[in-house]
Amino acid sequence: MDVLQLFVSGLANGCVYGLIALGFVLIYKATEAVNFAQGDFMMLGAFITLGLTNEQFWGLPFWISVPIAILCMGAFGYLLDMLVLRRMFGQSQVAVVILTIALGFVLRFAAGVIWGHQPVSLESPIAGRDVRYGGLVLGLDEVTIIVVTVLLTVLLYFYFNRTRLGVAMQAASQNQLAAYYMGIPVKRVHSLIWALAGAVAAVAGILFASKGSIDPSIGLLGIKAFAAAVIGGFGSLPGALLGGIIVGLIEPFASYYIAAGYSQIMPYLLLFLILVFRPHGILAQVHRKKV
Amino acid sequence: MRTVFKTSYDADINYFRHGAQAAWYMLLLALALILPFLMGTFWIGEMTNMLIWAIAGMGLMILVGQTGQASLGHAAFLAIGCYANVLLQERLGLPFLLSFPLAGVIAGLAGALIAMPMTKLHGIYLAIGTLAISILTDDLIVIAEPLTAGVVGLFAPTIDILGFQFDRYATPDRFYWLVLFVAVVIVLVYRNILRSPLGRAFAAVRDSEVSAQAMGINVARTKALSFGISTAITGLAGALMGHFAGIFNNETFNIIISIQLLLMIVIGGLGSIHGAFFGAVIVALLPQAIAISRDLVSGLVGGGTVAIPGLESAIFGALLIGFILFEPMGIYGRWLKIRTYFELFPFYRKDMFRRQKSYLKTERMR
Repeated sequence: MDVLQLFVSGLANGCVYGLIALGFVLIYKATEAVNFAQGDFMMLGAFITLGLTNEQFWGLPFWISVPIAILCMGAFGYLLDMLVLRRMFGQSQVAVVILTIALGFVLRFAAGVIWGHQPVSLESPIAGRDVRYGGLVLGLDEVTIIVVTVLLTVLLYFYFNRTRLGVAMQAASQNQLAAYYMGIPVKRVHSLIWALAGAVAAVAGILFASKGSIDPSIGLLGIKAFAAAVIGGFGSLPGALLGGIIVGLIEPFASYYIAAGYSQIMPYLLLFLILVFRPHGILAQVHRKKV
Repeated sequence: MRTVFKTSYDADINYFRHGAQAAWYMLLLALALILPFLMGTFWIGEMTNMLIWAIAGMGLMILVGQTGQASLGHAAFLAIGCYANVLLQERLGLPFLLSFPLAGVIAGLAGALIAMPMTKLHGIYLAIGTLAISILTDDLIVIAEPLTAGVVGLFAPTIDILGFQFDRYATPDRFYWLVLFVAVVIVLVYRNILRSPLGRAFAAVRDSEVSAQAMGINVARTKALSFGISTAITGLAGALMGHFAGIFNNETFNIIISIQLLLMIVIGGLGSIHGAFFGAVIVALLPQAIAISRDLVSGLVGGGTVAIPGLESAIFGALLIGFILFEPMGIYGRWLKIRTYFELFPFYRKDMFRRQKSYLKTERMR
């Protein structure tokens, strides 16, 4: 039973990583850019919800503040792309990476000024309750995280592969110029995908905040989620979730079975090995072009 | 604008384009040499710090600016150089004159070794791989506690070269001259690499791997060499950083330092030695500038001084966003524009440095 509990909590953690990784992959899939500030987006989403919900701030009901926060983050993503990233259109990936790293610094600072640097916890109705199934006691928060993550991944997967806009988004990333010729409004598509990534980050943030306390530096979790996205195969939505779950599961089991100190390097060791032996991840998205 | 009339092929690769340029740089060097007589102890310390950052920046610049390989893990090599230098002195009793170059060699070898599997990776994957190395090194230092003393950290001994003591606190001026000497040597090495066929190979790999391969360049070997040279220089900077800090542990060289180093050379201007120095000025002097302006503001407003946590990195980030959006070539790029404006006056036009419009294609289809 111990192992099972470990498994579920690892799974829940992994799903949060997976959700952040999903944000990375969404943006990468559609704009070929990598958003290093995705972890900070999640932090911002969590704090907006917290600011709306908690008694000391606005004190709105949880179920009202959740959609507001998701909408806010969506708008934030859209505006960010429209006002800042659109100027970078067509520039190299590394420039965007550096830009988003810098953005992360600024966001962390802004959150610290508005909401303070002390860890605070979200007054969420799914926190601290149990679900009993047979002899198994699971946290409601953990179960919710797993269910929401899987639903969201499936939804986004079908969105990308079945809908018109989803396919347009993929085309926009594969060849910007060709996508223009096909009549795809590439710039608006980019803004939309940033909005979507912002919304997904808000969901991840709310779920993460339900599990424990948050402070402005939780955005650094993004690095772990980044490892997850690479392990799963950058550019693949199911891969992001898979990578997230692998990283999430390795952590508790490594700290359970391996000496402290060694356990925390396991995710990165795995990342390193994957990069060396299977450079494009488990579900690789790199195809050799047929000439 | 001065037109240089070239009468030999050497004119293309001379250190200086013309005599006036050489004179300006000699003047700068002379100013740097007499700086300890012009400044107090505190500011000499700050200048030393700036020079060390500039050395580290030049190390990374060879990799990022010349060869076009992004690395988010150079703090790892700062750490390797720093630990190697101090451990060689403490455990094996080597003098600084030996341990310092050896630290560079060790860091360089480590970099080349790590580069070998990494050279298969491109762009963003390389950045992630090096990021992982930086995080792993942080944890490995803690694990290798018998050697590195883990989180407790190590003390850097006073440098002793042929009976002369170099210490950050006891003899700051000498320490400054030592760092200045190393910086000048590294600048010369850097310039000579660029003048050699290897430097041309770096530039070819940066601009197009496919065409570099077509020209007969061994891309994997060139990348590994670039990694090795880059990490060796960074290792030397790390060794100096250790002596400058006096005490260091795994936290001294964390992932934030890696990122800061990369951001620094971007602000300075990618692909030039000037860029490394301009970036170092920003990184090393920004905390002081913030402190001074905070005192000014609180003096005007009349309130007590309030320390805002994270302000420094936020200003750094905001600066960087501004530069990437409006001046992608960094401070050095802006300097070039200003200089060209005056050299060509009144014929300078706004679009002279305009970037070509470009469109991205996916890297997932090759």
